[in-house]
Amino acid sequence: MIVFDQVQKSYQVGGRAIPALHPTSMTIETGEVFGIVGHSGAGKSTLVRLINLLEPPTGGRILVDDENITEYDAAELRAFRRKVGMIFQHFNLLSSKTVADNIAFPMKLAGIYSRTEIRERVAELLARVSLTDHANKYPSQLSGGQKQRVGIARALACRPTILLCDEATSALDPQTTQSVLRLLADINRELGLTIVLITHEMDVVRRVCDRVAVMDAGEVVEMGAVSDVFLHPQHPTTRDFVFESENIDRDELQEDLQKANGRILRLTFRGESTYKPLLGSVARESGVDFSILSGRIDHIKDTPYGQLTLSLVGGDLDVAMKALEAAEVHVEVMR
Amino acid sequence: MEALLSNVDWVEIGIASWDTLVMVGMSLLFSVLIGLPIGVLLFLFGKRQLLEQPVAYAVLSFVVNVLRSVPFIILLIVMIPFTVMLIGTSLGVAGAIPPLVAGGAPFFARLVETSLREVDRGIIEATQAMGASVRQIIFGALLPEALPGIIAGITVTAITLVSYAAMSGVIGGGGLGDLAIRFGYQRFQTDVMVITVALLVIFVQLLQMAGDRLVLYFSRK
Repeated sequence: MIVFDQVQKSYQVGGRAIPALHPTSMTIETGEVFGIVGHSGAGKSTLVRLINLLEPPTGGRILVDDENITEYDAAELRAFRRKVGMIFQHFNLLSSKTVADNIAFPMKLAGIYSRTEIRERVAELLARVSLTDHANKYPSQLSGGQKQRVGIARALACRPTILLCDEATSALDPQTTQSVLRLLADINRELGLTIVLITHEMDVVRRVCDRVAVMDAGEVVEMGAVSDVFLHPQHPTTRDFVFESENIDRDELQEDLQKANGRILRLTFRGESTYKPLLGSVARESGVDFSILSGRIDHIKDTPYGQLTLSLVGGDLDVAMKALEAAEVHVEVMR
Repeated sequence: MEALLSNVDWVEIGIASWDTLVMVGMSLLFSVLIGLPIGVLLFLFGKRQLLEQPVAYAVLSFVVNVLRSVPFIILLIVMIPFTVMLIGTSLGVAGAIPPLVAGGAPFFARLVETSLREVDRGIIEATQAMGASVRQIIFGALLPEALPGIIAGITVTAITLVSYAAMSGVIGGGGLGDLAIRFGYQRFQTDVMVITVALLVIFVQLLQMAGDRLVLYFSRK
């Protein structure tokens, strides 16, 4: 468990303190995938680097498994960092070392593993990230996705309990992003390690995260379960991110709504209710006709969801509303 | 042919070539041994670096700059008392080495500092995040990553030392430069001058080629 207790960070620039993170309190549970989403400069990079003290906080306490890591001395901090893996947007592999040597590097630095242990662990990790055939290649000979998989294997070498991902998929193409995210999800499930992931893409959050914090101008403006934040965003910044990830043009959407007749509803289905033939039965019972203005059926991590914007005309609107409200559907009246 | 090179004493040329080789080799060795740690310290003490130390950086940087701004011909003369103190003579091959190192080491230190700065900050950050100590970061990540740049720096330093070593002939340093000055210049033996210059050109070419090959061998980018 990672606990932020009124943690803040500011930088001294020309004698003035520029805040990068306003006092923030939050808890990241053990074993969860926690996303931090925000635009560049929102403070998410700072936030993730506070967890392994690459950036020391200027105020507040950070507790990891009930230990205040801000009070660690240099040796304790080094030992702690070995238990916190980190992967990066630009991979940050050593170009002078082979794939196998890059993965072995953190174990060699730790100085507590025998040669056999290192060799066996490297082989195991190479297999885990499907790079066994590339063990003796240099990073420059690999593709972006392969480099990031080396990064992941390296981060896991010392069997960490926390994995920090700093924009780990931002330099990758969509397909590679997909496979890297799947790997992260597998690792989280199999090893039970806590993943803290920062990104500027809501889509990444939707695919792998359990909970998410949305950051804007050095502040966490919204936090909660991904399905809640994603389906019912409260803060304007969150809404921007959600719209962006769904490729919705807000002006266009408004225009469409203007043109539609009757009552406009937004229905949100979650889990099993996504697959129920609800709309047809409601239409039959109440005699309303509906047209779909916009919609999306997809998954949030492993949970299916659907979100439809409908306009209802004719029939008995009250009966239709009641029937919808009785079902496991979240109904939002937009007009 | 015989007439054209009538003044050339090949035994003398051979000895002089060997002397130049020894002067460059020895002074390069010491320049690297002294310049490398100074370069690493310059890097570490620099702004926003691992051991940021503005005062230490300013002092070190000043010393390096002073040594680098004194023209080598002056450094040769200024160093004489110190050289005598250090190795008993300021003459010959041995006498030329201390001033050569005084000129070469700070030059090389700057090149080391520059090539360390070229190392991606992300790599330093990643190594820090693995729980590495400063020492481990230097030897495990910084130096291996900067190796091609450092080798290129050694090549440039070696070539600079060849020309410095030729200059040491002025204070009786020996080697091809000494030959060129005593015979080629003072006795107007143009043929000796031509031969020594040709040998120096060949020497520099060989150094550059060897250096380039090594850089290529160690570059993984």
